[in-house]
Amino acid sequence: MNIDSITNGVVIDHITAGAGMRLYELLGLGELDCSVAIIKNVQSAKMGKKDIIKIDALIPIDFDVIGYVDPGATVNIIRDEKLVEKRTIDMPELLTGVIKCKNPRCITSVEQELDHVFRLTDRAGKVYRCIYCETKAG
Amino acid sequence: MRSLISILDLSVQEIDELIDTACDIIENPAKYAEACRGRKLATLFFEPSTRTRLSFEAAMYELGGNVLSVSSADSSSAAKGESVADTAKTVSCYADIIAMRHPKEGAPYVAAKNASVPVINAGDGGHNHPTQTLADLLTIRREKGRFDGLTVGFCGDLKFGRTVHSLIGAMARYPDVRFVLISPEELKLPSYEKDVLKQKNIPYVQTTDLMEVMPELDILYMTRVQRERFFNEEDYLRLKDSYVLEPKKLAAARQDLSIMHPLPRVNEISVAIDSDPRACYFKQVLNGKYIRMALILKLLKEAGRI
Repeated sequence: MNIDSITNGVVIDHITAGAGMRLYELLGLGELDCSVAIIKNVQSAKMGKKDIIKIDALIPIDFDVIGYVDPGATVNIIRDEKLVEKRTIDMPELLTGVIKCKNPRCITSVEQELDHVFRLTDRAGKVYRCIYCETKAG
Repeated sequence: MRSLISILDLSVQEIDELIDTACDIIENPAKYAEACRGRKLATLFFEPSTRTRLSFEAAMYELGGNVLSVSSADSSSAAKGESVADTAKTVSCYADIIAMRHPKEGAPYVAAKNASVPVINAGDGGHNHPTQTLADLLTIRREKGRFDGLTVGFCGDLKFGRTVHSLIGAMARYPDVRFVLISPEELKLPSYEKDVLKQKNIPYVQTTDLMEVMPELDILYMTRVQRERFFNEEDYLRLKDSYVLEPKKLAAARQDLSIMHPLPRVNEISVAIDSDPRACYFKQVLNGKYIRMALILKLLKEAGRI
Protein backbone atom coordinates (compact mmCIF):
# COMPACT_ATOMS: atom_id res chain seq x y z
CA MET A 1 0.00 0.00 0.00
CA ASN A 2 1.44 3.40 -0.95
CA ILE A 3 0.77 6.69 0.75
CA ASP A 4 2.63 9.61 -0.84
CA SER A 5 5.31 11.24 1.27
CA ILE A 6 4.43 14.72 2.46
CA THR A 7 6.27 17.98 1.86
CA ASN A 8 5.08 19.99 4.83
CA GLY A 9 3.05 18.30 7.51
CA VAL A 10 2.84 16.07 10.58
CA VAL A 11 3.27 12.33 10.92
CA ILE A 12 2.04 10.69 14.11
CA ASP A 13 3.91 7.41 14.29
CA HIS A 14 4.12 4.44 16.65
CA ILE A 15 0.43 4.62 17.49
CA THR A 16 -0.78 1.49 19.25
CA ALA A 17 -2.66 -0.57 16.66
CA GLY A 18 -6.33 0.29 16.90
CA ALA A 19 -5.87 3.68 18.59
CA GLY A 20 -5.53 5.63 15.34
CA MET A 21 -9.22 6.32 14.85
CA ARG A 22 -9.68 7.55 18.42
CA LEU A 23 -6.75 9.93 17.97
CA TYR A 24 -8.23 11.06 14.63
CA GLU A 25 -11.51 11.88 16.34
CA LEU A 26 -10.13 13.55 19.48
CA LEU A 27 -7.64 15.62 17.47
CA GLY A 28 -10.50 16.85 15.29
CA LEU A 29 -8.73 15.78 12.11
CA GLY A 30 -12.03 15.17 10.36
CA GLU A 31 -12.56 18.92 10.29
CA LEU A 32 -9.38 19.62 8.29
CA ASP A 33 -9.47 20.49 4.57
CA CYS A 34 -6.05 18.99 3.85
CA SER A 35 -5.29 15.35 3.11
CA VAL A 36 -5.20 13.11 6.15
CA ALA A 37 -4.30 9.43 6.00
CA ILE A 38 -4.86 6.87 8.73
CA ILE A 39 -2.85 3.77 8.07
CA LYS A 40 -3.90 0.86 10.25
CA ASN A 41 -2.06 -2.28 11.22
CA VAL A 42 1.29 -1.33 9.70
CA GLN A 43 3.96 -3.97 10.26
CA SER A 44 6.46 -2.77 12.87
CA ALA A 45 9.63 -4.49 14.02
CA LYS A 46 9.31 -2.89 17.46
CA MET A 47 5.56 -3.02 17.98
CA GLY A 48 4.39 -5.89 15.80
CA LYS A 49 1.55 -3.76 14.44
CA LYS A 50 1.02 -0.03 14.67
CA ASP A 51 -1.13 2.77 13.27
CA ILE A 52 0.21 5.89 11.56
CA ILE A 53 -1.53 9.19 10.85
CA LYS A 54 -0.19 11.48 8.11
CA ILE A 55 -1.45 15.06 7.93
CA ASP A 56 -0.56 17.00 4.80
CA ALA A 57 -0.31 20.39 6.51
CA LEU A 58 1.61 21.95 9.40
CA ILE A 59 -1.26 22.21 11.82
CA PRO A 60 -0.93 22.79 15.57
CA ILE A 61 -1.16 19.46 17.37
CA ASP A 62 -2.66 19.07 20.84
CA PHE A 63 0.03 16.92 22.40
CA ASP A 64 -2.11 16.43 25.51
CA VAL A 65 -4.61 14.47 23.41
CA ILE A 66 -1.89 12.17 22.13
CA GLY A 67 -0.42 11.81 25.62
CA TYR A 68 -3.83 10.83 26.93
CA VAL A 69 -4.79 8.37 24.16
CA ASP A 70 -1.42 6.83 23.41
CA PRO A 71 1.65 8.20 25.21
CA GLY A 72 3.93 5.84 23.26
CA ALA A 73 3.23 7.63 19.99
CA THR A 74 5.76 9.97 18.38
CA VAL A 75 5.10 13.15 16.44
CA ASN A 76 7.29 13.99 13.45
CA ILE A 77 7.24 17.48 11.95
CA ILE A 78 8.10 17.55 8.24
CA ARG A 79 9.26 20.68 6.43
CA ASP A 80 10.41 20.63 2.80
CA GLU A 81 10.26 16.85 2.91
CA LYS A 82 12.77 16.77 5.78
CA LEU A 83 12.22 15.62 9.34
CA VAL A 84 12.88 18.76 11.40
CA GLU A 85 11.50 17.67 14.75
CA LYS A 86 10.67 14.39 16.43
CA ARG A 87 8.79 14.48 19.72
CA THR A 88 8.01 11.79 22.20
CA ILE A 89 4.88 12.40 24.21
CA ASP A 90 4.34 12.28 27.96
CA MET A 91 1.00 11.82 29.68
CA PRO A 92 -0.34 15.26 30.65
CA GLU A 93 -1.01 15.91 34.32
CA LEU A 94 -4.19 17.79 33.38
CA LEU A 95 -6.43 17.14 30.40
CA THR A 96 -8.69 20.07 29.60
CA GLY A 97 -11.55 20.17 27.10
CA VAL A 98 -10.71 16.85 25.44
CA ILE A 99 -13.18 14.41 26.96
CA LYS A 100 -16.38 14.90 28.92
CA CYS A 101 -17.31 13.57 32.35
CA LYS A 102 -19.97 10.90 32.01
CA ASN A 103 -21.20 11.07 35.61
CA PRO A 104 -24.78 12.41 35.48
CA ARG A 105 -24.35 13.68 39.04
CA CYS A 106 -21.27 15.77 38.18
CA ILE A 107 -21.63 19.55 38.30
CA THR A 108 -20.39 19.65 34.67
CA SER A 109 -23.60 17.86 33.64
CA VAL A 110 -25.65 20.97 34.44
CA GLU A 111 -23.21 23.89 34.15
CA GLN A 112 -22.27 24.01 30.49
CA GLU A 113 -19.66 26.77 30.78
CA LEU A 114 -17.39 24.70 33.04
CA ASP A 115 -14.32 23.19 31.39
CA HIS A 116 -14.22 19.42 31.54
CA VAL A 117 -10.89 18.83 33.28
CA PHE A 118 -9.33 15.50 34.21
CA ARG A 119 -6.29 14.90 36.39
CA LEU A 120 -3.84 12.02 36.02
CA THR A 121 -4.20 10.10 39.30
CA ASP A 122 -2.44 6.85 38.44
CA ARG A 123 0.36 7.06 35.88
CA ALA A 124 1.04 3.32 35.80
CA GLY A 125 -2.63 2.53 35.28
CA LYS A 126 -3.15 5.53 32.93
CA VAL A 127 -6.08 6.62 35.07
CA TYR A 128 -7.57 10.08 34.71
CA ARG A 129 -10.28 11.36 37.03
CA CYS A 130 -12.65 14.31 36.75
CA ILE A 131 -11.34 17.14 38.95
CA TYR A 132 -14.88 17.89 40.13
CA CYS A 133 -16.43 14.53 40.97
CA GLU A 134 -13.39 12.18 40.67
CA THR A 135 -15.17 9.87 38.24
CA LYS A 136 -12.76 7.82 36.17
CA ALA A 137 -12.40 8.83 32.51
CA GLY A 138 -13.25 6.37 29.78
CA MET B 1 -7.78 30.88 50.11
CA ARG B 2 -7.94 27.69 52.14
CA SER B 3 -11.18 25.71 51.78
CA LEU B 4 -12.24 22.21 52.77
CA ILE B 5 -13.59 20.17 49.87
CA SER B 6 -12.32 16.69 50.69
CA ILE B 7 -11.20 15.26 54.01
CA LEU B 8 -7.87 14.60 52.29
CA ASP B 9 -7.35 18.38 52.02
CA LEU B 10 -6.39 18.11 55.69
CA SER B 11 -3.19 16.44 56.83
CA VAL B 12 -3.32 13.89 59.64
CA GLN B 13 -1.64 16.48 61.85
CA GLU B 14 -4.28 19.09 61.00
CA ILE B 15 -7.06 16.62 61.79
CA ASP B 16 -5.41 15.86 65.13
CA GLU B 17 -5.21 19.60 65.84
CA LEU B 18 -8.90 20.08 64.95
CA ILE B 19 -9.85 17.23 67.25
CA ASP B 20 -7.73 18.73 70.04
CA THR B 21 -9.43 22.11 69.51
CA ALA B 22 -12.87 20.46 69.54
CA CYS B 23 -12.02 18.68 72.81
CA ASP B 24 -10.89 22.00 74.29
CA ILE B 25 -14.16 23.63 73.17
CA ILE B 26 -16.07 20.82 74.92
CA GLU B 27 -14.05 21.39 78.11
CA ASN B 28 -13.98 25.19 77.98
CA PRO B 29 -16.90 26.54 75.94
CA ALA B 30 -16.75 30.02 77.51
CA LYS B 31 -13.24 30.49 76.11
CA TYR B 32 -14.65 30.37 72.56
CA ALA B 33 -17.99 32.16 73.07
CA GLU B 34 -16.82 35.41 71.44
CA ALA B 35 -14.21 33.98 69.07
CA CYS B 36 -16.17 34.85 65.89
CA ARG B 37 -17.97 37.99 67.03
CA GLY B 38 -18.82 40.14 64.00
CA ARG B 39 -18.15 37.34 61.51
CA LYS B 40 -20.82 35.75 59.30
CA LEU B 41 -21.24 32.20 58.06
CA ALA B 42 -23.36 31.67 54.92
CA THR B 43 -25.00 28.25 54.80
CA LEU B 44 -25.95 27.53 51.18
CA PHE B 45 -27.95 24.34 51.18
CA PHE B 46 -29.29 23.40 47.75
CA GLU B 47 -30.37 19.98 49.00
CA PRO B 48 -32.45 19.11 52.10
CA SER B 49 -30.61 18.76 55.39
CA THR B 50 -31.50 19.01 59.06
CA ARG B 51 -28.43 18.02 60.99
CA THR B 52 -25.66 19.46 58.92
CA ARG B 53 -27.17 22.89 58.36
CA LEU B 54 -28.33 23.30 61.95
CA SER B 55 -25.00 21.98 63.18
CA PHE B 56 -23.09 24.60 61.18
CA GLU B 57 -25.44 27.33 62.32
CA ALA B 58 -25.32 26.26 65.98
CA ALA B 59 -21.53 26.08 65.72
CA MET B 60 -21.28 29.65 64.42
CA TYR B 61 -23.70 30.99 67.03
CA GLU B 62 -21.75 29.28 69.83
CA LEU B 63 -18.63 31.03 68.53
CA GLY B 64 -20.42 34.37 68.84
CA GLY B 65 -20.88 34.81 65.07
CA ASN B 66 -23.90 35.25 62.84
CA VAL B 67 -25.47 33.20 60.08
CA LEU B 68 -26.91 33.93 56.62
CA SER B 69 -28.87 31.03 55.25
CA VAL B 70 -30.20 29.62 52.00
CA SER B 71 -32.05 26.44 52.82
CA SER B 72 -33.22 25.27 49.40
CA ALA B 73 -32.40 25.79 45.75
CA ASP B 74 -35.94 27.08 45.19
CA SER B 75 -35.39 30.06 47.47
CA SER B 76 -32.18 31.28 45.81
CA SER B 77 -31.04 32.56 42.44
CA ALA B 78 -30.04 28.99 41.58
CA ALA B 79 -33.74 28.59 40.69
CA LYS B 80 -33.19 31.27 38.03
CA GLY B 81 -30.25 29.37 36.62
CA GLU B 82 -27.41 31.20 38.38
CA SER B 83 -24.15 29.28 38.20
CA VAL B 84 -22.37 27.98 41.29
CA ALA B 85 -19.42 30.23 40.42
CA ASP B 86 -21.57 33.37 40.38
CA THR B 87 -23.34 32.36 43.58
CA ALA B 88 -19.98 31.91 45.31
CA LYS B 89 -18.69 35.28 44.11
CA THR B 90 -21.89 36.99 45.25
CA VAL B 91 -22.04 35.39 48.68
CA SER B 92 -18.36 36.21 49.24
CA CYS B 93 -19.47 39.87 49.31
CA TYR B 94 -21.70 39.21 52.31
CA ALA B 95 -20.12 36.43 54.35
CA ASP B 96 -16.73 35.59 55.87
CA ILE B 97 -17.05 31.85 55.27
CA ILE B 98 -19.41 29.59 53.29
CA ALA B 99 -20.75 26.12 54.02
CA MET B 100 -22.29 24.60 50.86
CA ARG B 101 -24.37 21.51 50.24
CA HIS B 102 -25.26 20.75 46.64
CA PRO B 103 -26.77 17.74 44.86
CA LYS B 104 -24.19 17.92 42.08
CA GLU B 105 -20.78 16.42 42.74
CA GLY B 106 -17.96 18.94 42.56
CA ALA B 107 -20.17 22.01 43.11
CA PRO B 108 -18.34 23.07 46.31
CA TYR B 109 -15.03 22.70 44.44
CA VAL B 110 -16.32 25.13 41.81
CA ALA B 111 -17.50 27.45 44.58
CA ALA B 112 -14.10 27.35 46.30
CA LYS B 113 -12.34 28.21 43.03
CA ASN B 114 -14.52 31.31 42.67
CA ALA B 115 -15.16 32.51 46.21
CA SER B 116 -12.93 35.02 47.98
CA VAL B 117 -13.73 33.47 51.37
CA PRO B 118 -13.19 29.90 52.62
CA VAL B 119 -15.71 27.31 51.40
CA ILE B 120 -16.60 24.22 53.39
CA ASN B 121 -18.11 21.29 51.50
CA ALA B 122 -21.20 20.31 53.50
CA GLY B 123 -21.96 17.39 51.15
CA ASP B 124 -21.93 17.14 47.35
CA GLY B 125 -24.12 14.41 45.91
CA GLY B 126 -22.71 10.98 46.64
CA HIS B 127 -19.18 12.31 46.58
CA ASN B 128 -17.71 13.93 49.72
CA HIS B 129 -18.92 15.03 53.13
CA PRO B 130 -15.75 15.97 54.99
CA THR B 131 -17.31 17.58 58.06
CA GLN B 132 -19.34 14.43 58.72
CA THR B 133 -16.04 12.60 58.57
CA LEU B 134 -14.51 15.02 61.05
CA ALA B 135 -17.50 14.39 63.35
CA ASP B 136 -16.97 10.64 62.90
CA LEU B 137 -13.26 10.96 63.66
CA LEU B 138 -13.90 13.01 66.79
CA THR B 139 -16.41 10.37 67.89
CA ILE B 140 -13.95 7.53 67.28
CA ARG B 141 -11.21 9.38 69.16
CA ARG B 142 -13.52 10.05 72.12
CA GLU B 143 -14.93 6.51 72.16
CA LYS B 144 -11.78 4.51 71.39
CA GLY B 145 -9.00 6.89 72.37
CA ARG B 146 -7.11 6.07 69.17
CA PHE B 147 -7.42 5.49 65.42
CA ASP B 148 -4.73 2.89 64.81
CA GLY B 149 -5.29 -0.85 65.00
CA LEU B 150 -9.08 -0.66 64.62
CA THR B 151 -11.32 -2.97 62.58
CA VAL B 152 -14.01 -0.78 61.07
CA GLY B 153 -17.12 -2.30 59.51
CA PHE B 154 -19.20 -0.30 57.05
CA CYS B 155 -22.69 -1.65 56.41
CA GLY B 156 -25.42 -0.73 53.92
CA ASP B 157 -25.04 1.59 50.95
CA LEU B 158 -21.32 1.69 50.30
CA LYS B 159 -21.76 2.76 46.68
CA PHE B 160 -23.48 6.11 47.09
CA GLY B 161 -22.68 6.68 50.76
CA ARG B 162 -20.42 9.71 50.70
CA THR B 163 -19.81 9.51 54.45
CA VAL B 164 -18.42 6.03 53.94
CA HIS B 165 -16.04 7.14 51.18
CA SER B 166 -14.73 10.06 53.19
CA LEU B 167 -14.27 8.08 56.41
CA ILE B 168 -12.47 5.24 54.63
CA GLY B 169 -10.13 7.80 53.05
CA ALA B 170 -9.43 9.38 56.41
CA MET B 171 -9.01 6.17 58.41
CA ALA B 172 -6.78 4.66 55.71
CA ARG B 173 -4.08 7.12 56.73
CA TYR B 174 -3.69 5.58 60.18
CA PRO B 175 -1.60 2.45 60.80
CA ASP B 176 -3.00 -1.07 61.14
CA VAL B 177 -6.58 -0.17 60.28
CA ARG B 178 -8.66 -2.90 58.67
CA PHE B 179 -11.95 -2.46 56.84
CA VAL B 180 -14.91 -4.83 56.60
CA LEU B 181 -17.28 -3.82 53.80
CA ILE B 182 -20.80 -5.20 54.24
CA SER B 183 -23.31 -4.47 51.47
CA PRO B 184 -25.61 -5.96 48.87
CA GLU B 185 -23.85 -6.72 45.56
CA GLU B 186 -25.48 -3.69 43.92
CA LEU B 187 -24.26 -1.26 46.58
CA LYS B 188 -20.62 -2.34 46.93
CA LEU B 189 -17.85 0.18 47.47
CA PRO B 190 -16.86 1.73 44.10
CA SER B 191 -13.76 0.32 42.46
CA TYR B 192 -11.85 3.60 42.70
CA GLU B 193 -12.13 3.50 46.48
CA LYS B 194 -10.94 -0.10 46.58
CA ASP B 195 -8.08 0.78 44.22
CA VAL B 196 -6.79 3.25 46.81
CA LEU B 197 -6.91 0.58 49.53
CA LYS B 198 -5.08 -1.87 47.29
CA GLN B 199 -2.42 0.66 46.37
CA LYS B 200 -1.74 1.32 50.06
CA ASN B 201 -1.87 -2.38 50.98
CA ILE B 202 -4.66 -1.73 53.47
CA PRO B 203 -6.50 -4.94 54.34
CA TYR B 204 -10.22 -5.14 53.59
CA VAL B 205 -12.83 -7.82 53.12
CA GLN B 206 -16.17 -7.61 51.30
CA THR B 207 -19.18 -9.56 52.40
CA THR B 208 -22.95 -9.54 52.21
CA ASP B 209 -23.32 -11.17 55.64
CA LEU B 210 -23.27 -8.77 58.60
CA MET B 211 -23.68 -11.49 61.23
CA GLU B 212 -20.69 -13.42 59.99
CA VAL B 213 -18.30 -10.53 60.62
CA MET B 214 -19.98 -8.92 63.65
CA PRO B 215 -17.57 -10.40 66.28
CA GLU B 216 -14.54 -8.89 64.52
CA LEU B 217 -15.67 -5.30 64.63
CA ASP B 218 -14.42 -2.46 66.84
CA ILE B 219 -16.72 -0.06 65.02
CA LEU B 220 -19.90 -0.76 63.07
CA TYR B 221 -20.77 2.17 60.80
CA MET B 222 -24.32 1.73 59.56
CA THR B 223 -25.69 3.70 56.60
CA ARG B 224 -29.06 4.41 55.09
CA VAL B 225 -29.94 3.28 51.59
CA GLN B 226 -30.65 6.70 50.12
CA ARG B 227 -33.75 7.04 47.97
CA GLU B 228 -32.43 10.27 46.43
CA ARG B 229 -29.39 8.52 44.92
CA PHE B 230 -31.45 6.13 42.81
CA PHE B 231 -32.74 6.88 39.34
CA ASN B 232 -34.98 3.82 39.57
CA GLU B 233 -37.55 3.50 42.39
CA GLU B 234 -37.75 -0.27 41.96
CA ASP B 235 -34.06 -0.67 42.74
CA TYR B 236 -34.46 1.47 45.86
CA LEU B 237 -37.42 -0.55 47.15
CA ARG B 238 -35.62 -3.82 46.54
CA LEU B 239 -32.48 -2.78 48.44
CA LYS B 240 -33.69 -0.47 51.20
CA ASP B 241 -34.22 -3.15 53.84
CA SER B 242 -31.07 -5.13 53.16
CA TYR B 243 -29.73 -4.64 56.69
CA VAL B 244 -31.70 -3.83 59.81
CA LEU B 245 -29.74 -3.80 63.06
CA GLU B 246 -31.79 -5.24 65.92
CA PRO B 247 -30.76 -6.10 69.53
CA LYS B 248 -30.58 -9.85 68.84
CA LYS B 249 -28.02 -9.23 66.08
CA LEU B 250 -25.67 -7.71 68.63
CA ALA B 251 -25.44 -10.96 70.61
CA ALA B 252 -22.16 -11.84 68.93
CA ALA B 253 -20.79 -8.30 68.97
CA ARG B 254 -18.01 -7.11 71.24
CA GLN B 255 -18.95 -5.35 74.45
CA ASP B 256 -16.81 -2.38 73.44
CA LEU B 257 -18.26 -2.13 69.92
CA SER B 258 -19.14 1.42 68.85
CA ILE B 259 -22.24 1.62 66.65
CA MET B 260 -22.17 4.69 64.45
CA HIS B 261 -24.52 6.15 61.85
CA PRO B 262 -24.34 9.50 60.06
CA LEU B 263 -28.13 9.87 60.38
CA PRO B 264 -30.87 10.28 59.38
CA ARG B 265 -31.85 6.68 59.80
CA VAL B 266 -34.98 5.16 58.34
CA ASN B 267 -35.22 1.68 59.76
CA GLU B 268 -31.69 0.30 59.45
CA ILE B 269 -31.12 0.65 63.21
CA SER B 270 -33.96 -0.37 65.49
CA VAL B 271 -34.86 2.27 68.09
CA ALA B 272 -34.40 -0.50 70.65
CA ILE B 273 -30.64 -0.14 70.05
CA ASP B 274 -30.69 3.52 71.12
CA SER B 275 -30.47 2.65 74.81
CA ASP B 276 -27.57 0.23 74.26
CA PRO B 277 -24.38 1.82 75.61
CA ARG B 278 -22.67 0.83 72.38
CA ALA B 279 -24.89 3.20 70.36
CA CYS B 280 -22.90 6.33 69.47
CA TYR B 281 -24.94 7.97 66.71
CA PHE B 282 -26.43 10.77 68.75
CA LYS B 283 -23.01 11.46 70.24
CA GLN B 284 -21.85 11.87 66.62
CA VAL B 285 -24.44 14.60 66.14
CA LEU B 286 -23.16 16.55 69.13
CA ASN B 287 -19.55 15.98 68.18
CA GLY B 288 -20.41 17.32 64.72
CA LYS B 289 -21.19 20.72 66.18
CA TYR B 290 -17.94 20.88 68.16
CA ILE B 291 -15.72 19.83 65.27
CA ARG B 292 -17.44 22.34 62.95
CA MET B 293 -16.69 25.02 65.53
CA ALA B 294 -13.03 23.98 65.43
CA LEU B 295 -13.04 23.99 61.62
CA ILE B 296 -14.69 27.40 61.30
CA LEU B 297 -12.10 28.80 63.72
CA LYS B 298 -9.22 27.27 61.78
CA LEU B 299 -10.35 28.46 58.34
CA LEU B 300 -11.26 31.97 59.52
CA LYS B 301 -7.87 32.26 61.26
CA GLU B 302 -6.03 31.11 58.15
CA ALA B 303 -8.03 33.60 56.07
CA GLY B 304 -7.04 36.39 58.46
CA ARG B 305 -10.67 37.10 59.33
CA ILE B 306 -10.35 36.54 63.07
